[in-house]
Amino acid sequence: MSVRPAPRPSALRFRRPGRLLAEAAALLTAALVAFPLYWMVLSALKPAGEIQSADARPWTLSPSLDSFRRVFGQQEFGRYFLNSLVVAGTVVVASALIAFLAATAVTRFRFRFRTTLLVMFLIAQMVPVEALTIPLFFLMRDLGQLNTLGALILPHIAFSLPFAIWMLRGFVKAVPESLEEAAAVDGASRARFLWRILFPLVLPGLVATSVFSFISAWNDFLFAKSFVISDTSKSTLPMALLVFFKPDENDWGGIMAASTAMTIPVLVFFVLVQRRLVSGLGGAVKD
Amino acid sequence: MRVATRTRTTGRSGGWTPWLYLAPALVVLGGLLAYPIQQLGLISVLEYTQAQVSGGEPTSFQGLGNYRALFADPQFRQVLLATVLFAAACVISTLVVGCALAVLLTRIRALPRLALMLAALGAWATPAITGSTVWVFLFDPDFGPVNKVLGLGDFSWTYGRLSAFALVLLEVVWCSFPFVMVTVYAGIRAVPAEVLEAAALDGASQWRIWRSVTAPILRPVLVVVTVQSVIWDFKVFTQIYVMTGGGGIAGQNLVLNVYAYQKAFASSQYSLGAAIGVVMLLVLLAVTLVYLRLLRRQGEDL
Repeated sequence: MSVRPAPRPSALRFRRPGRLLAEAAALLTAALVAFPLYWMVLSALKPAGEIQSADARPWTLSPSLDSFRRVFGQQEFGRYFLNSLVVAGTVVVASALIAFLAATAVTRFRFRFRTTLLVMFLIAQMVPVEALTIPLFFLMRDLGQLNTLGALILPHIAFSLPFAIWMLRGFVKAVPESLEEAAAVDGASRARFLWRILFPLVLPGLVATSVFSFISAWNDFLFAKSFVISDTSKSTLPMALLVFFKPDENDWGGIMAASTAMTIPVLVFFVLVQRRLVSGLGGAVKD
Repeated sequence: MRVATRTRTTGRSGGWTPWLYLAPALVVLGGLLAYPIQQLGLISVLEYTQAQVSGGEPTSFQGLGNYRALFADPQFRQVLLATVLFAAACVISTLVVGCALAVLLTRIRALPRLALMLAALGAWATPAITGSTVWVFLFDPDFGPVNKVLGLGDFSWTYGRLSAFALVLLEVVWCSFPFVMVTVYAGIRAVPAEVLEAAALDGASQWRIWRSVTAPILRPVLVVVTVQSVIWDFKVFTQIYVMTGGGGIAGQNLVLNVYAYQKAFASSQYSLGAAIGVVMLLVLLAVTLVYLRLLRRQGEDL
């Protein structure tokens, strides 16, 4: 007779049948959530006749790249794509660097107005970007930035900063002060400590915040629509998508192919940072 | 003595160094956030239309005239109400779906968890505008699969006011529940397992454990996701603009954001658009102050 170990008390797990049910529900939800993306890619690959046919089948027997060819054959699409990459890339790098310095200042030093500044950053996060379209339009006009990528980059740096600073604060705080003292004892200058020691340690946090700044810049539709009017060569992907909406009949194949092309870079970015994102959010939350 | 120690460890003032580090952020935020906010307020109390922009006519001070005109306009009041109700519906649906799935994630093995996580990341990564086009296509009366499956024939979702709002709501929940799910899941995972096991060993019921152990630890997380959701959903622009073609038939699906845009850029009534912007700003400021109070009550060290 063997002594069976007592069942491990677990507050986290259902018993078996319950767990299987939960797993079935999770898989069904996953399928439902993924379905729009599946349909988008599928429709982009369907030949023109099939996509506009009355019975929409959830598969295709003759995939074709015609829609993609039509989209990329359009002269500006590649240029818009590049513009979007430049805008989002610049915003990510600039706001990460600026936010890193600011987050270091508010966590590693005590100075007058520190709390005031923190509260201001918090409030700044809440400012509805969209409400500022009008004054920003005039500001960009006065700065001579209308119809340039600058009009899309500059505001998005400002909008992603408060959140990035607020979120990075937790990561900078988590680096022990003793490390800085040890570095100082070893004769490292403050700048050296900042870039060679603190920066790499905070990198996971920077990755998590860069997801948010990348999305806000990549998704921008309102500013592209309002600030880049006459010189469409400076426009971004969301505007390219609208070309395929026609008053008489929408070119759904083109719309889905363009949507797919626009989604893939973000998807790749997400998959690359996936782990860090979850742990990053966890880190910010634990703070 | 104590003072001296404090100065060395946490009380370092660093002289000008912190301000040096802060300078780029302050310049950017001052120039591109604070200044535009001040300008927004200014434009909202002026008469500012195409004539003033082009310099054809002098600007004139209107005081609260624009606001009076705005609140006297039944369409504005209707849009304001619609915005609040729509945002509330989006926030509640997003939180319920996100939290339910976060809890579900903790109860399943790694493989189904990965499947759900990846699907959610896909929805999260989808840009608002492509999400909008895909959802419109899914619900297209002629070519969409949803009407086929539900047997709705050629029912047009964007024709009716409520069905159009419902369609946008579905898209908004689809792309914003992942943030809630992932954040709350990370929060639950941060609850130490030993504490839960100890509570279970002491004979506490699941409900008791949730109420006395998990919920208090999760409260700050829930506050964060709620506030973020309110902020995002209150200013939905792209989805409404793309899915309902600029605000729906006869403007039936307008929300404040799109309404302000139409006023300013379609009809050049910049001051009215700015006044709508100020109203939005004030509503969100109120939300922020509530948030700050909640943080303060939790004893968050700022």
